[in-house]
Amino acid sequence: MTAVSDQHRLAYIGSQAADARVNVELQTEEMTLNLGPQHPATHGTLRLIARLDGEQVVAADVVCGYMHRGYEKLVEVRTFPQVTTLVNRIDWLSSFANEVPFILAAEQLMEVEAPPRAQYIRTILFELSRIANVSLFIGEMGVQLGALTPVFFAFRDREYVLNLIEAVTGGRFHPNYDRIGGLKDDLPKGWIVETHQTMQRLREFCDELEDLLMGNEIFEARTRGVGVIPPEVGLSYGLSGANIRASGVDWDLRRDAASPLVWKNLDWKVWTHPDGDSFARYWVRLQETREATRMVDQMLDGLPSGSIQAKVPRIIKVPAGEAWAHTENPLGEMGYYVVSKGGLGPFRCKIRSASFNNISIVPWLLKGVYVPDIITILASLYFILGDIDR
Amino acid sequence: MSRLSSADAGGPADPAGEAETVPEVVADQGPSGDETPASVDDARQAVLDALATELGDDIVGTDTTRDDMWVRVRPEAWRRAAETAKMLGFDYFCFLSGLDWAPSTSVTRGEVSASDPGDDGEEVATAAADAADDDAEAAEYPATTGDDAGGPGNWHTGYAGGDSRFQMLARLYSIRRRLGITLKADLDEETPSVETWSQVYPGADWHERETAEMFGFDFVGHPNLIKLYLPGEFEGFPLRKDFPLLSREVKPWPGLVDVEPMPEEAEEPAAPTEGEQAATEAEATPAASGASGTEGGAK
Repeated sequence: MTAVSDQHRLAYIGSQAADARVNVELQTEEMTLNLGPQHPATHGTLRLIARLDGEQVVAADVVCGYMHRGYEKLVEVRTFPQVTTLVNRIDWLSSFANEVPFILAAEQLMEVEAPPRAQYIRTILFELSRIANVSLFIGEMGVQLGALTPVFFAFRDREYVLNLIEAVTGGRFHPNYDRIGGLKDDLPKGWIVETHQTMQRLREFCDELEDLLMGNEIFEARTRGVGVIPPEVGLSYGLSGANIRASGVDWDLRRDAASPLVWKNLDWKVWTHPDGDSFARYWVRLQETREATRMVDQMLDGLPSGSIQAKVPRIIKVPAGEAWAHTENPLGEMGYYVVSKGGLGPFRCKIRSASFNNISIVPWLLKGVYVPDIITILASLYFILGDIDR
Repeated sequence: MSRLSSADAGGPADPAGEAETVPEVVADQGPSGDETPASVDDARQAVLDALATELGDDIVGTDTTRDDMWVRVRPEAWRRAAETAKMLGFDYFCFLSGLDWAPSTSVTRGEVSASDPGDDGEEVATAAADAADDDAEAAEYPATTGDDAGGPGNWHTGYAGGDSRFQMLARLYSIRRRLGITLKADLDEETPSVETWSQVYPGADWHERETAEMFGFDFVGHPNLIKLYLPGEFEGFPLRKDFPLLSREVKPWPGLVDVEPMPEEAEEPAAPTEGEQAATEAEATPAASGASGTEGGAK
C-alpha cells in the first residue's frame, strides 16, 4: 500500500528477529570446538577439545599421543652412547640441550667428569640451543596474535645460530655431539669470532622485537591479564622454566642445581616477572634470550684450552645404580631418571620433559577464558609437541 | 598482584593435606633464607627426620647417595607421604612414574650383568630355556643371569631397596629449600594399586594416566583414569619388562654389533679411546685460550 506501512512491517520483522536473537542468547546450547590435531598454534599435532558457552570456554581437554614414539621403551634396547640420537628428537628445536642431561646422568653413574674445555663448549652449545629455540618463540608469538612480521625476523636470525651449531656438530637440528666424558669434536677455526658477531646480531634482534611488540596496543591488550597462573598452582602442576619464572618464582636450575656445567662461573641474572600472565611469559623469554647471548660471549672469552675428552673405556658399561640429572632447558626442567643394572644400556630411563607438565595445566587454565585467548595462552605457554609426547 | 589472588580463587580444590595442622617439629625445620643452607647435608637430614616423625613405620628405606634423597614408603602410605611432603615445603611436582624390576626378557637387548660381561643374546636365550626347565618361578622370569637370578627379593632393586617387582617412583622438589626428594613404594605384583596424588598435586593427573597405561598400575580415586597416549583399544602395558618390543624380536638391533668386544681388546679393557686420541693430538698443539678456534681432532 504505502511506503509507511512497508516501513512498519520491516520494523516489526526486525524487532521479531531481535527478540529471537535475545531468546537464542538467553538459552545457548553448549558447543564443542575441536582445535587440531593440525593447527598452527600447536607446533605439531596436539588436539584440544573445548566446550563453549557462547564465547566462553566451559571446559577444555587436551588430547595428546599423536606423536608418541615410546622413547622410554626404545631407550631400553639401546646402549648408552646410542641414546643421544634418540633423545635429540624430544624437543627438536633445541636438540643439543636434550642430550646434555642424559649424558650428565650417565657420567654421574660412571663417576667420570668431562674436562673443563668440554664443559665450556657444552654450555656454549646449550645456550646457543636456547637462543635458537626461544628466538623462534619470540617471533611465533606475534603470528598467533596476528602480526606476521616478527616470525620472519625470527626465522632469519635463528638461521645464523643454526649455522653456528652446524659448524661445530655437523647437524643443523640433530647434533648428536655430546659424549660420555666429553665431546665428539673440538671447535672449528674461526668459530669464536663468528659467534661473537652472531651474538651481537641476536641482541639486535631482541631489541628489534621488543620495539615491535612491547608497547603495541593490540599485543598488550591481547596478552596482559590473559592466562594468569598463580605461583603455587603452577608449582603443583610442575610448571618450570620461563613459565614459572613469569609467575614470580625465582628459580632457575642453571643457578640453583649442582651441575658440572659452567653457568656458576658466569655473571648473569635470572629474570622473573610478577604478573604470571601471557605477557609476562613473553617478556621473561625475551629477556632470557638476550641474557643467553651475553652468557655465550662470556664463555667464549673464558674458554680454557686442553682436552675435550676424559678417559672412558672403549666399551661403555655403566655401573649399577640410579641417577637423576636435570637441566634448565629452553622449555623448562628437563631430566632423566636413569636406572642401570651394570649393562651396556639403561635398564630404565624415565624422561621428564618440560612441555608435558607445562601443558597439563591447560585444562585448568582455559576454564572461563574467551575463544581468541585460547590461542594466546597456548602460544605463551610455549611447548614443542615432541616434548609432550616423547 | 591482586589479579593473582583473584585467579587463585578459581583454582582446584585445596588438597586435603593442607587442612591438617602443621606439627611444630616441622615448622622448626625450614631453613629461613632462600639461599642454599650452610650445609646441604643438614637440610637433607632435617627433611628425613621430619618425614620419619610424620610417617613413622611407614618408611621402609632411605638412601642419600650422591647428594640426593630416596625414601621408600609402604604403599598404604603413598598418598600420606605426598601430603606430608607438601606440608614440608615440597611444592614443586616434578614427575611420577613406575619401575619394573623384572629382568629384561628381550633377547636382543643383550642384558649383561656385571659378573657376566661376554654374554650375548643367544646365551641369554639358552639360559632362559634352561631356567624354564628348572622350576616354575624361573619360568616366569626367564632371563636369569648374574645378580638377578631368582625371583623378586633377589633382584637388584636400586636405592632405598625394594621387595617386589613393581615400584612407584615420584620426584618432588622444594623451591625454598632447593632440595629434591625421590619417593618410592613397593606395589603388589598381581594387583598393583595405590591411592592417587592428583588431589595433592594436580600435575600428577597426567603422569598417573601415563603410568596406568604403560605399567598397568591402578590409581584409586583418580578422577579420569583413561589412556593418555595409547589408543583406547590397546592391550598390554608397554613399559613392563615382559612386553616385547616386536621390531627387535623380528630383527636384532644392528647397533649392538658396534659394542661387542674386539678380539684383541678383550684382554685389555683400558685401551685408549678414539676421543682420547683426538684429545692427545689436541694437547700436542696447545690451543690459545679465547683466540680463534682450534683444530678439530683426528677427524
